[in-house]
Amino acid sequence: MNFAQPNKIDEALTLLANDDWSILSGGTDFYPSLGDKQPQGNILDLSQIDTLNQITQNDEYWLFGALTTWTDVIKADLPPAFDVLKLAAREVGSMQIQNRATVAGNLCNASPAADGVPPLLCLDALVKLSSVRGERILALTDFIHGNRKTALQDDEMLTQIIIPKRAALGFSNFIKLGTRKYLVISISMVAARLSWNKNGVIDGAAIAVGSCSLVAQRLKALETVLIGQKCSARLTDLVQIQHLDCLSPIDDVRASADYRMQASLALVKRVITRVTQS
Amino acid sequence: MSINAESASTIFAVSINQQPVSVAALPTDRLSDVLRDKLGMIATKIGCNAGDCGACTVLINGETACACLTPIAQVNGCSIETAEGLSVKDSESATKRSANDATLSRLQESFLQHGAAQCGICTPGMLMTAKVLLNDTPKPTRTEVEDALGGVLCRCTGYQKIIDAVVNTHQFTAETIVPAVGEVVGARIRHLDGRAKVTGELTFGADVIPEGALAVRVIRSPHHFAHFTLGDLKQYINSNTGIEAVLDASDIPGNNCFGVIQPFADQPVFAEGFARYRGEAIAAIVGAPDHLSLLDEADFPVEWEVLKHALLPEEALSESALAIHESRAGNVLIRGYVEHGDATAALARAKHRVSVKTTTPFIEHGYIEPEAGYCVRKGERLEIYGCTQAPQMDRESLAEIMGMGMDAIRIKPSACGGGFGSKLDISFQPYLALAAWKLDKPVTVCYSRGESMRSTTKRHPSDINLTVGCDDEGIISGFAFNGTFNTGAYASWGPTVANRVPVHASGPYYIEDYRADSVAVHTNTPPSGAFRGFGVPQSAIAQETAFDQLADKVGMDRLEFRIKNALRNGQPTATGQVFERGVGIVECLEVLQPAWERANQAAAQFNQQQQANQSPLLKGVGLGSCWYGCGNTSLPNPSTVRMGITRKGKVVLHQGAMDIGQGSNTVITQIAADSLGVAVHSIELIDADTDLTPDCGKTSASRQTYVSGMAAKLSGEALRATLLESAGLSINTDASIICHEGTVTVDGDGKSLEIDLSELKINEFGYVFMAQETYDPPTKALDEKGQGVPYAVYGYGAQLMELTVDTELGTIKLNHITTAHDVGRAINPMLVEGQIEGGVAQGIGMALMEEYLPGRTENLHDYLMPTFGDMPNFTHNIIEVEDAEGPYGAKGLGEHVLIPTAPAILNAIRDATGATVTNLPATPDKVLTAINASKQVGAA
Repeated sequence: MNFAQPNKIDEALTLLANDDWSILSGGTDFYPSLGDKQPQGNILDLSQIDTLNQITQNDEYWLFGALTTWTDVIKADLPPAFDVLKLAAREVGSMQIQNRATVAGNLCNASPAADGVPPLLCLDALVKLSSVRGERILALTDFIHGNRKTALQDDEMLTQIIIPKRAALGFSNFIKLGTRKYLVISISMVAARLSWNKNGVIDGAAIAVGSCSLVAQRLKALETVLIGQKCSARLTDLVQIQHLDCLSPIDDVRASADYRMQASLALVKRVITRVTQS
Repeated sequence: MSINAESASTIFAVSINQQPVSVAALPTDRLSDVLRDKLGMIATKIGCNAGDCGACTVLINGETACACLTPIAQVNGCSIETAEGLSVKDSESATKRSANDATLSRLQESFLQHGAAQCGICTPGMLMTAKVLLNDTPKPTRTEVEDALGGVLCRCTGYQKIIDAVVNTHQFTAETIVPAVGEVVGARIRHLDGRAKVTGELTFGADVIPEGALAVRVIRSPHHFAHFTLGDLKQYINSNTGIEAVLDASDIPGNNCFGVIQPFADQPVFAEGFARYRGEAIAAIVGAPDHLSLLDEADFPVEWEVLKHALLPEEALSESALAIHESRAGNVLIRGYVEHGDATAALARAKHRVSVKTTTPFIEHGYIEPEAGYCVRKGERLEIYGCTQAPQMDRESLAEIMGMGMDAIRIKPSACGGGFGSKLDISFQPYLALAAWKLDKPVTVCYSRGESMRSTTKRHPSDINLTVGCDDEGIISGFAFNGTFNTGAYASWGPTVANRVPVHASGPYYIEDYRADSVAVHTNTPPSGAFRGFGVPQSAIAQETAFDQLADKVGMDRLEFRIKNALRNGQPTATGQVFERGVGIVECLEVLQPAWERANQAAAQFNQQQQANQSPLLKGVGLGSCWYGCGNTSLPNPSTVRMGITRKGKVVLHQGAMDIGQGSNTVITQIAADSLGVAVHSIELIDADTDLTPDCGKTSASRQTYVSGMAAKLSGEALRATLLESAGLSINTDASIICHEGTVTVDGDGKSLEIDLSELKINEFGYVFMAQETYDPPTKALDEKGQGVPYAVYGYGAQLMELTVDTELGTIKLNHITTAHDVGRAINPMLVEGQIEGGVAQGIGMALMEEYLPGRTENLHDYLMPTFGDMPNFTHNIIEVEDAEGPYGAKGLGEHVLIPTAPAILNAIRDATGATVTNLPATPDKVLTAINASKQVGAA
């Protein structure tokens, strides 16, 4: 029953190596998950580790420290490929939540409806996991294993979200579908990023759908179809229901599985249209 | 790096409202708890403890945050701003509460001026988010306000007045309306009790904790239906520190049974042997608050034997269902019936017939304030403080449970952070009373959001079948209605729903041949109780959607069809009651005619363009109407109001109508001012407290403006008559009354007479002049066919909704609503608009998103209520068809306003797409399914 608030990553990693700790960051998942109970066990608060609080870049990568909040993303000066992430950021809970909640926490919480996952899939995001044993970098697709399941080992923490600059190209957009305007968990959401050459021929495509499977999915089959096509309003004609075969939606209180498929198909077309109009 | 033993307090230093503050707390203590519990700063409210409602919004280094999600350890050294810091206080520590002499900020003034605070529980959160917006954007658009404030939920206002207040803060002028004497009724004055709502000083149920108070933690059934045996409670107490007592049914000195309608009382404070719903109380632990919060309920000694439960009426009615109450055969609580003429024959001869079947789910009241309060024992008396809609009924129930005389119980209502019907029933009060009595120590309780949602009443789910016919002229010929209502595990207000629905199911129409029956069925779910409209919103969905289909069948304009069939003066209602004046539905419908024509044209034009562009968007226009009887159904429900003049010349109004945000403190005082003939702001208001105010009954059934308003009017008139007589004038003299320090001046008949109060005898209530009058609506019992005079007054209304359907996604965007409500006389038009907007918001929730599922949607992120972004724009038509009975012609309004909204939405969806959604809520998946089904019908 300890509370630790390290200032340095190494201190946090040492603690993680030696005992079981629950990680606390923005608090927006930590507290709701308690229900009516009090916090229990060891709690490791990352909030004072300044080095995790930065968005930086080098020649090859954009680097988002694990304490980057949604509001930080919204305010950051980023290329249009990141619009997908910024638009998602604006729809996370409310401004109160966006100000505190971290993008990394959204990934570690690994909800099927995590708003950050489809946009980051479209940006070919990688995550850096750190421990006293060293660092390892995983593709986001390898990091989230299922509903509330990630590749994190007990002694590890997510320290950085990494976006390769080769993926931060082109234009992007995001649509979240819910039953009300604000403070809503999505029924489905789609993220898309397209890049095209000077002739208007698509040379990069990334489309992802969330809330329709345990982990948000990239629509690889559709992406393959789109690459090489001329960027125009006609692109949406190419979108077929079988391109969504990788999804496995369920019936729940928010919508039926059938609906999720139908709506996702419409949303994919719309998000592509929005990107092409960028 | 700091590592603390989590169980040890640390000193944290923060700046709060520009004042340095040090506080000892556990590092993971939520900022909201630290502010409230350790610093006494109660303006920061806790509505959900999960970031879903925004009531706890504070500023951390200038940015909004939910204090409930922020550990104190993360704000060490930070600047924190709370609502206490909004007003400018002279020489006052910002952490202390005391602001009578404070200057309000423009934002706070604008909130008051626009009536943006109803119950006030969400107001601090709204103000803090608005403050940040206005810092950057002093002249925001409505959309910018919606985006910025979208993380704060309000269940009362429908958000419009809040948007008005924020948008207009920059041009706010401090002038307020001060109506002339005799012109107070009808004036758009501010809430008379509004100031404490915008300063955050108003104290709700959880905001006062007596020194040294113990806490109560209620142990509840995790099963829908189960037999249970309590284990060794003594050993449990001894093996856990901090527990002073465990209470169960054996601790109840009086009767372990309560209910809002005495003949049906059936609900135990603590279940005995059987728990009939998930969330039912079986015991309560009393102890030190810090210890109680650490207990794991899994360790509580109880053995469960799960029984086969029934959650739906069809399950409970089946032959294999277990009896939920031994005394109620077939799990039927009650049936209701109204018959007028011969519905079967009229339907047989009707040229056109429509049958509809509609279903609606449980709906949660969703007030932002969970149930909370405290109790102290004072000698042989108990004082119970907390949120309620019905202080006198609470007192009666507690006297019965405690085996005490009524005089031994005092209910001191806190401010009530929304009620909408659920806080009519007692909930937390008995646990407090039992614990305080037994231990002779002050005791508090505060429900969590989940506990509130699991254990308190809900709107009745309904299954309705309706067949209605008409002739070739569109005159209704036959109406046969059958409604099954899931009344949950206990009676609560089930009998009222079962009785009100057959009386009202006709809607505000003249129907010669009518038959409506209803049945309330017990299931293993939370008790269904009162919720704004007592079943009538459910029945109106069937009736109003059927009327649209019938109008289409006969080929008649849907508004014309309604006007043609609308009830008029002199025509009997379905219960055979005839009003010679005051029936205002035709006026409501006719005033919508221009909007109806404009909206239909606009929709047709839009749809033509969209179809040309192959857009999936279609606009539709829909109507809904309502009528609603004010007061109890054929039962006495008197209100008594006292007014007095002190020897110092102060006019004091004792009005016990519980203000739960709807505005009775303002409206009743306005009526009292004009009936006595004094300035409204000169009246000192004493509001509901069973030791201080006579019985004004419960705040339900849209009765306070009408019934308590009448009592206030009679009381004011009686006091006036006494004063005029003392001045030697006839009581009908057109005289002015002016109270001064120690004297009253009466000017009339060309004379000016001064009454010296200093020599007059002070009566037992402390007054030199006093009047106390009672009003009870004149009604008559209903006979076996439901014929009689159930209500002395009905109010009427109609709404026109314009919306856009996305036919690919099934999503709905509400564009505009035009309302028309006949309130007889708008005592305060601003408050009337506030009621309408709030009712419409709840109607929207019912139509499009709200569904309570026991065990599943017991929080405010799975249970969705409308946010800022889900509302249409409003145009109001306040209709004043003077009532023969109500004060200054006023009728009730509170429940009426919700009734037309959901049917208007469903009718507009059908207008746009042809899709008929009959199973609410009309979530996107159901709307899309209905659209696809209607396309198939069209193609067939």
